[in-house]
Amino acid sequence: MELIDQHTKKIMEGCKERAQAVGLRFQDESLEYIVTNRDLLEISPKLMIPTLYDYWVHDVQVLQEKGKYELYPSNPYETVINTRPAISFYNDNNPDWLNVMIFYHVLGHIDFFQNNIYFQHTWDYDFTGQALSDKRVIARLRAEKNKWVDYVIEFARGIDNLVGFHETLSHLNSAVLDRQGRRLNFYFDIFLQSVLKVRVNDYVKEIERYNRCIGESGELGEKIFFSEIEQKHPEFETLFQKSLSEKPKKRQDLIQFLLDHSDFLNKEKNRWMKTVLQVVRNTSLFFQPQIRTKIINEGWASYWHEQLFLKDERIKGQEVAFARVNAVVTSLPRVGLNPYALGMRLFHEIEEMADKGRYDYEFQRLLDAETREIFDADTRQGRAFIFAVRQNYCDAMFVHSFLTQEFINRYNLFVAGKRLNKRKMVWEYYIKSRDVGEYRKMIQDSLYHPPHITVKNDNDNKPELYLVHHFEGKPLVNEFIANTMMGIEYLWGKPVKLETSEVVSQTGQHPDGSAGGVSAKDTSEVVWRRVVYTMENRKLSKQFI
Amino acid sequence: MDKELHDIYAELKTRGLTKEQEEKILTEIRYGGSHDMPGEPGSGAMIQGELHGFYDYHDLMSLQDMLIFMGGYPISLRSLDELMEKDKQRAKDGFPRKIRVGRMIKPGKGGKDRIVVVPTTVEEKFIHDKLAPPEKEGESSGGSGDGQEGDVIGEQPVHTPEPGSGTGPGEGEEGPHEVESSAYDLGRILTEKFELPNLKDKGKKRSLTRYTYDLTDRHKGFGQVLDKKATLREIVETNINLGNIPDPSAIDPTGFLITPSDRVYRILSKEKDYESQALIFFLRDYSGSMQGKVTELVVTQHVLIYSWLLYQYARQVESRFILHDTSAREVEDFHTYYNSKVAGGTKVVSAYRLVNEIVETENLARDYNIYVFHGTDGDDWDAEGKETLPELKKMLTYASRVGITIAEHAGTTHRSTEVQKYLEKSNLLTEKPQIVRLDTIREDSDEPRLIEGIKKLIS
Repeated sequence: MELIDQHTKKIMEGCKERAQAVGLRFQDESLEYIVTNRDLLEISPKLMIPTLYDYWVHDVQVLQEKGKYELYPSNPYETVINTRPAISFYNDNNPDWLNVMIFYHVLGHIDFFQNNIYFQHTWDYDFTGQALSDKRVIARLRAEKNKWVDYVIEFARGIDNLVGFHETLSHLNSAVLDRQGRRLNFYFDIFLQSVLKVRVNDYVKEIERYNRCIGESGELGEKIFFSEIEQKHPEFETLFQKSLSEKPKKRQDLIQFLLDHSDFLNKEKNRWMKTVLQVVRNTSLFFQPQIRTKIINEGWASYWHEQLFLKDERIKGQEVAFARVNAVVTSLPRVGLNPYALGMRLFHEIEEMADKGRYDYEFQRLLDAETREIFDADTRQGRAFIFAVRQNYCDAMFVHSFLTQEFINRYNLFVAGKRLNKRKMVWEYYIKSRDVGEYRKMIQDSLYHPPHITVKNDNDNKPELYLVHHFEGKPLVNEFIANTMMGIEYLWGKPVKLETSEVVSQTGQHPDGSAGGVSAKDTSEVVWRRVVYTMENRKLSKQFI
Repeated sequence: MDKELHDIYAELKTRGLTKEQEEKILTEIRYGGSHDMPGEPGSGAMIQGELHGFYDYHDLMSLQDMLIFMGGYPISLRSLDELMEKDKQRAKDGFPRKIRVGRMIKPGKGGKDRIVVVPTTVEEKFIHDKLAPPEKEGESSGGSGDGQEGDVIGEQPVHTPEPGSGTGPGEGEEGPHEVESSAYDLGRILTEKFELPNLKDKGKKRSLTRYTYDLTDRHKGFGQVLDKKATLREIVETNINLGNIPDPSAIDPTGFLITPSDRVYRILSKEKDYESQALIFFLRDYSGSMQGKVTELVVTQHVLIYSWLLYQYARQVESRFILHDTSAREVEDFHTYYNSKVAGGTKVVSAYRLVNEIVETENLARDYNIYVFHGTDGDDWDAEGKETLPELKKMLTYASRVGITIAEHAGTTHRSTEVQKYLEKSNLLTEKPQIVRLDTIREDSDEPRLIEGIKKLIS
């Protein structure tokens, strides 16, 4: 890997000026490298982070057919990585105009990395630096502990998709409460609910009383409110004081729980494993936002490379060549889902709608179709609005909020179904639906969504670790359960249980539909039951509950 | 062809068929495919290659046309042995093995994917599974363009690799060379798992150009190692001739004379290395009932066996490939064997008869250890095995091992296929366990199971 030459770097710097002029905000420094195929061979298994720790699985072809993206949620093959400074990778024979296009695309991504709040936990440090030190730690451990390091990495990676990404973010954003605020929270959240166990009715009455106090007495209202409580419940103040001395309970993900509570890991001779677990967890947390912002991030970058390229006077005359490449990148496929195409069109749509003021209440309350059709408040707020969207949305929200029936109709989108034609022995693709609800559902189904699994160890007297898979209409991949649980058992040092749901039967299959005609509505009905898997001494057993 | 099938059907019918058998035969006749090597898909709105979801797109590919590589041992070939060693160590440490030997699809442009054999692994995690979509219905995707709801906008042949599953044989783009070069590496890995059984010294026509050196030649007077026994014998002989042993019942060795030439030494000598020869017949049922997964299983297993043979017995093993439906034919290479499409009816006897004929006419039994591997779904129009069994028995007189793999269709009762039934009835399996082996696998078996199967067939 070597840096791009001075000529190309100068072009990049010119791109940065133009991008910043239209409002993109990013750190001034960036590094651009030329990569050869040889380099790619080495860094692509490491998710494009050149300093990622070594692990033997990187040397083996990984089976990707099943759950490819669930297993490798990073999906980091942007041409740029989210580091400080941001590093991007280029072919060595790109013509200048193509580099300009890619530079703008890259700058769009960098802007997104550095402003979208889902990346907030990556803003304060350089991941390549962190990764390098982690890599060295692991190399040193490997020199001492040998194969056991790899086992621990393996077992930790087995649960690294269950990291508390949203918890991490919410922790970063939690409001700082003063003493009075905490007292209020304690009263409503804990005292009323857990100590007094009041009925909903009374709870609401208390809220009303609080509001009344504030309304009548302003700043003194809260004091009046609490003085009444102290008369009624003299024990309140003592309990509150006690609660202050307790550490606030934080929700822990599985790896954190193991780090804190596993007797096995906390033995003197096993402590080094905790370092490995931390490394794996941090690495996973770093990659989490990338896969959750695929459509919006690619859409944003595509929107800007198009806008900025066409305005760039340095490469006048290359519009046709650009149009060809751009069309390939951002065309809507006849069948398939292209994040560039969908995301970019959504941003255009949002900008246009916001320019006309159609996200305002004034428009929302209009009922007459014709008036809606021609509505244009001419607010010209489109630019500002898409910047706000790029700051605050992830894929799921982006699609849910802005994908409308009008958008579907405008771009002629549909849900493509696939069915077997037995007579011709072919898979037929057909237009299944043009309804926005169906389309959104189809997209939501294809978005990354790891299972929600929490630890339920109420009392730590029980030796076993009890995991609960919160059911969301999908089972876990059965063949992976055994080995994953074996890894957890190793790290926990004692038996592990997993409560999950399984399909008992699936009825109402499609009738033998041959070609033609709209297929019958999905009538399949699924019967579920809860089961508990137990992993003990590396043996898996199953009970129904 | 069709007429021929109907003739056989009519003949069988006169002999009496159960309803079930009749149905099976009729489906095969109606299937009406042909055994072409797969060519270009026909005209019409074909959907080519893989369909892409959101996460299949990335900047390196889309913007710069650069490929990414998800691991791959070819880049670190030196570590292959290390990997296998590591995997062995896992088993010793009480963890399940993680390296699988399998076939990978190398996607190429325009749907011209190649199948390459490599070791692979998977990292297990808790992840959501897709609910099995209703039968005959694939997964939904997005799309754009004109058309009414319900319109068919394109089609894709089922039996070329379709997105998602992608491991179907019968796709025909890869050259035989490709099979063999990667097969060699696969063979290396498989080698530690099994070797050919019942290998007898036969013919020894082929010698390796390799020589071994051994202390086998004797030489009087000088050499590397004194052969004490031979030397003593020489001494005794000399002294008998000299008359030093008048009475054999009372020998007095103190009076022996020893000449320098009595000393016998062993010296290092060059030996030519001969090895036993083996001939392997691969038999594959490519009748109409073999559609889909079962063919894939059988072929995969034969790929594994073939790969291993190429490596282990590279110069000593010859392979012959036979495909059969109601009649059998020999094909020239593994490529054709691997890729030919299924069609037609099923008569196992045709293949066995052909093997017997080849062995007889070419007089192979004298010079070769003969192994026969047969893959089928267990259907046979000759439901009782009346014709098949005699041919099989004949085969057993010369074969060192006959390994039969039955890949059962999902939905059939376990161990109830015709081939299985008549083999069990014939008691051949119990009478000659050294020679006949049967492995029955379910349609959904994975590659580790196949390797288990090979062990069973070969050990």
